[in-house]
Amino acid sequence: MIEVNNISKNFGPTQAVKNVSFNVNKGEVVGFLGPNGAGKSTTMRILTCYLPADAGTAKIAGFDVATQSLEVRKRIGYLPENNPLYMEMGVLESLHYIAALRDIPHAARKEKIRKAVDMCGLEPILSKDIGELSKGFRQRLGLAQALIHDPDIMILDEPTIGLDPNQIIEIRNLIKSIGREKTVILSSHILPEVSATCDRVLIINRGEIVGSGTPEELAAMAKGGQAVHASIRGPLSQIQEKIQSLAGAREVSVTGEDNGITRLTIKTDPGTDLCEEIFFLVSRNSWSLSELYRETITLEDVFRELTREG
Amino acid sequence: MKTILTIFWKEFRGYFNSPIAYIFIISFLVFTNWLFFKGFFLMNQASLRSFFSILPWVFLFLAPAVTMRSWAEEKKLGTIELLMTLPVKDYEVVLGKFLASFIFLIVTLLCSIPLPLTVMAVGNPDVGPIWGGYLGAFFMGGAYLAIGCFASSLTENQIVAFIIAIFLSFALLIIGENLVIMNLPAALVPVFTFLGLGAHFESIGRGVIDSRDIIYYISIIGFFLFLNGLSVESRKWK
Repeated sequence: MIEVNNISKNFGPTQAVKNVSFNVNKGEVVGFLGPNGAGKSTTMRILTCYLPADAGTAKIAGFDVATQSLEVRKRIGYLPENNPLYMEMGVLESLHYIAALRDIPHAARKEKIRKAVDMCGLEPILSKDIGELSKGFRQRLGLAQALIHDPDIMILDEPTIGLDPNQIIEIRNLIKSIGREKTVILSSHILPEVSATCDRVLIINRGEIVGSGTPEELAAMAKGGQAVHASIRGPLSQIQEKIQSLAGAREVSVTGEDNGITRLTIKTDPGTDLCEEIFFLVSRNSWSLSELYRETITLEDVFRELTREG
Repeated sequence: MKTILTIFWKEFRGYFNSPIAYIFIISFLVFTNWLFFKGFFLMNQASLRSFFSILPWVFLFLAPAVTMRSWAEEKKLGTIELLMTLPVKDYEVVLGKFLASFIFLIVTLLCSIPLPLTVMAVGNPDVGPIWGGYLGAFFMGGAYLAIGCFASSLTENQIVAFIIAIFLSFALLIIGENLVIMNLPAALVPVFTFLGLGAHFESIGRGVIDSRDIIYYISIIGFFLFLNGLSVESRKWK
């Protein structure tokens, strides 16, 4: 559905996008993840034909963004960064305006607008001016404008930025329901959002794609093995020694002790899970176990790992 | 064509959505009427000459005020990205926006109709120059507006757009006026008079419609709208 081949874009001396290539299949929801200024918006602007790439090609639904721009623009719904809206227009008026520019035939316009209004929950604010709307409603209106012509592909640049947690969840659910029928690319620097909505994540840093895969695959990519945390009551030296001797335990360190309970962090080889072993070890020695958990590597760790400033 | 009309209608309504349009029309009427009637009874002549003769100078300030928002506001709000990623062609947007300001100016000028009616009531004016004056004012106004639209597309600051537009139209107006012409070598005088914004208006205003005058204004409009299109496209230049 979307094929990007080696696109680059410079702004003066700064290289905003360097040789980026990726594909998005029909029906996929792909998240663009990266720190601010990583080149997410620029890539999206190239895909939506707002800016041309300096080098490389991008095709959307088989149409080249540089040479068949109108065909591309007909097929995408785009929510630009910061969700620009015509503040002085009415909500319904702006939907009609976009629908007319999208060349939706007059007869079908009301129906299409109704669908977008229902989908985005705009009913209560239809008669208001955009300038009076809360940020959450503005965001929904932006989405409604982007999906009014029922596009196959939606490109959403930071759809939840600046919203409160409730609104974020609303918008996220909306994006999920959109993603059931459409191909979606969204950018974000909020990690739970990406792992909650996306099938696949592309991590982009300083204009380059530094990681790509499902949120789980990316977690597995993170360097170093896993770790297990345990709090055990018992003789300290014995505990340390016996755990150290378990197969797969790499390094045992005591991180604290109070009231006879020792807290330990056990680094393990990748792919081994020591939790059960530790439980049996504790029970064989009739110590007591008050806490035992595996450290889960979050997308956040992966993100920090991959985008750390050199 | 449909796209041009859609954009035209949105922009045209936009003028009336804010108080700007009313302030603009009222100040235009008050200002021109005051200047006109100040001399009208003194001269005791049933003609609109003095009304039309100040229009090039009134437009110098009013036309940039009409057009300063058209592109600058879109750039400031970021809606230009929304607009230009819709399936619309650059020239359709350029024409739609220009057309909206043009029709708005025509509406404003038509609001001054009571003026010729008054003159006709109290005297017996020659109707030719009145028709000519209005026709010339439409064309000359279009030229000012095209300059203003171009200026607005250069910046995201409306005040800067306003000042650039005044500067450009002033330059184009003054080169044809006596002030500049007096100091020129004789060979250049016809060229500069021809290029000036005001001379053709005067000539149409005499009631003689010469195709050269019309072509001049259409060329100025076309030239600045072309520059406007280039400036919109310039974001894509490498």
